[in-house]
Amino acid sequence: MENALVWKRKDLLGLEELSRQELELILSTAESFKEVSTREIKKVPALRGKTVVNLFYEPSTRTRVSFEVAAKRLSADVINIASETSSVRKGETLIDTGKNIEALKVDIIVVRHNYSGAAVMLARNLRASVVNAGDGWHEHPTQALLDIFTLKEKLGKIDGLKVSIVGDIAHSRVARSNIWGLTKLGAKVTVCAPKMLIPPAIEEMGVAVTHDIDEALRHADAVNVLRMQFERDEQSAFPQQLEYFKNFGITRERLEKAKKNIIVMHPGPINRGVEISSEVADGINSVILEQVTNGIAVRMSVLFLVAQANDNIKNENTD
Amino acid sequence: MKILIKNGRVIDPANNIDALMDILVDGSKISRVAKDIKGSADSTIDASGKIVIPGLVDMHVHLREPGREDKETIKSGTHAALRGGVTSVLAMPNTQPAIDSVKNTDLLKGLIKNSASINVFICGAITKERAGIELADIIGLKKSGAIAISDDGASVDSDALMLKAFKDAKKAGLLVICHSEDKKLSASGVVNLGFTSTRMGLRGIPKESEYKRVQRDVDLAKKAGCRVHIAHVSCKESVDIIARAKKQGIKVTCETAPHYFSLSEEAVLGYDTSFKMNPPLRSKEDREAIKQGLKKGIIDVIASDHAPHTENEKEIEFERAEFGIVGLETELAVSITELIDTGLLDWPGLVNKIALSPARILGINKGTLGAGSDADIAIISADADWLVKNEDLQSKSKNSPFIGKQLKGRVACTICGGKITQLWNS
Repeated sequence: MENALVWKRKDLLGLEELSRQELELILSTAESFKEVSTREIKKVPALRGKTVVNLFYEPSTRTRVSFEVAAKRLSADVINIASETSSVRKGETLIDTGKNIEALKVDIIVVRHNYSGAAVMLARNLRASVVNAGDGWHEHPTQALLDIFTLKEKLGKIDGLKVSIVGDIAHSRVARSNIWGLTKLGAKVTVCAPKMLIPPAIEEMGVAVTHDIDEALRHADAVNVLRMQFERDEQSAFPQQLEYFKNFGITRERLEKAKKNIIVMHPGPINRGVEISSEVADGINSVILEQVTNGIAVRMSVLFLVAQANDNIKNENTD
Repeated sequence: MKILIKNGRVIDPANNIDALMDILVDGSKISRVAKDIKGSADSTIDASGKIVIPGLVDMHVHLREPGREDKETIKSGTHAALRGGVTSVLAMPNTQPAIDSVKNTDLLKGLIKNSASINVFICGAITKERAGIELADIIGLKKSGAIAISDDGASVDSDALMLKAFKDAKKAGLLVICHSEDKKLSASGVVNLGFTSTRMGLRGIPKESEYKRVQRDVDLAKKAGCRVHIAHVSCKESVDIIARAKKQGIKVTCETAPHYFSLSEEAVLGYDTSFKMNPPLRSKEDREAIKQGLKKGIIDVIASDHAPHTENEKEIEFERAEFGIVGLETELAVSITELIDTGLLDWPGLVNKIALSPARILGINKGTLGAGSDADIAIISADADWLVKNEDLQSKSKNSPFIGKQLKGRVACTICGGKITQLWNS
């Protein structure tokens, strides 16, 4: 019941709007769910009888599978809808699609969409819970939560940590969610990228900005390395990739100048030799695979909390 | 038919009147404005406790007809106008077809004659199909009844072509209204560039795209010796540029819209497309600069930029949704709430911005209550609070950022050409 006092949201749309208390509740709930995945029978009945739909407008394997595993370990029924074409091409509006899914008496819609704000719009129009699995450049809250969960697990706390986020900050929902979550929990965040990949007024989110990778790594307790996406045209992308790796790639040589126990994170999928060297990705500082494992516990926590809150909202309305 | 409006606070800045007076309307004209008019009338309106002003002159309205009758028609748009106390509008030419020829002006004139319930004035296009490539028949537009030209929604990118447009407009005696925007700088932005675009993960529209083009348009107008009116000013730099130009004696006027002095960019954070317009809502500092610009007389006019769009074009992903909001029915109340109630403008000051000054800029005989002028009058319950509701809007489209907001000041009655529309009774 304490949960219900802290967590009253039927949706998780981003970390910007969450309080420190709410963030801490998601993390502590995730801690208790983590053990489930180590059992012989990896299942609890928390969401038994609930239906979760993964509505994905962008190709994604890891996030979709992680949500699916999380929902199944909570005993929910899961349906995947992958629409590689956007709602534009399908001819049905996002809201109509959402309402049709809701009409199937679905409890939670996990949505991934290429337009910023899509999850927000869906949530406003539906009574079902909406969990944002990444919307445009806006937010990817569960990714940031699993990053933060992993950091906390490794270093025991978030408050006072120095965390650097390296890569295409301008077009990254992972960066935005991490910045909101980490700063609310008391971490000192630095973003590092070439000038053109730093969005305007990012300092107002409470972060420091540098264009010097060595400076970003120098005092950092952790570095979160973002996936770099160069244009598909490989001919023109290749020199850019080399240039990027030379100036911003996370390599063993660079890490040698950083704190010995610096944590290296990456939301995946990694581009070896583009933003991170294989040596580092597979090295002792890397927690990349642990992040994937923790993603399940964090998503179980989120699905559980929004479902519970939505049940409470419905009960209040029928009282 | 005679109408006697009794005991209202009559505000008519054209004649320096702000006093409790009566107005006698005879037919379509105002015949007398005086204290305590005796005698009989066919209809007597008790305006005690109310404010009586000239009907609003809104010089920036998209009526969408011909071509996009699903968004708005001249009939629905002018009904919405009456509801907002607006008795004259300037219809923007970005219709389908665009009002870029004598033929299309004639088409529009026919539609207005058939279905307008207020005075609709015509703004022609500067270039053919508003494409910015070839000038429209500017002299022809003038002859067929257009009173201004604008490519509103677009700006003529070519300096040479725009200069030629100013020169032709000067010859024709037409006002040029500039939608000052360098689309190369706006790129595919959808909200104000800065912290807002960053936190929303959306592409931003920089202020430069507006004010650099304002500067260019002012410079070209100066070169051509032609008058210019800058539409929908939204940022501080534009206000500063226009202030400097006015000081130098350049013949420039400008307008802003109620959303630029009542809202700032934070309003858009919920991805509600009713707050998506172009130019976008700017920062708090810009909003303050707009208010000061109004106060200091740098901004001459308040106009709605009434831009109806259907639900299908608005209730979609933010980036895909159309730019623009409806405003005819709320512009007066938003102005009262934000400008009069806060003491920024007094009543004569507001009437000047919203009726008299646009009429003068357009060269039409409107915006005044002087004896002999057209009986276009709005009677206002200035202290009435009201909630803006979707279902109450007369416009075909409901894309208003003020739905759900409590506003002050309600139009009780609008008289247009001596015809009464009773709207609301306290």
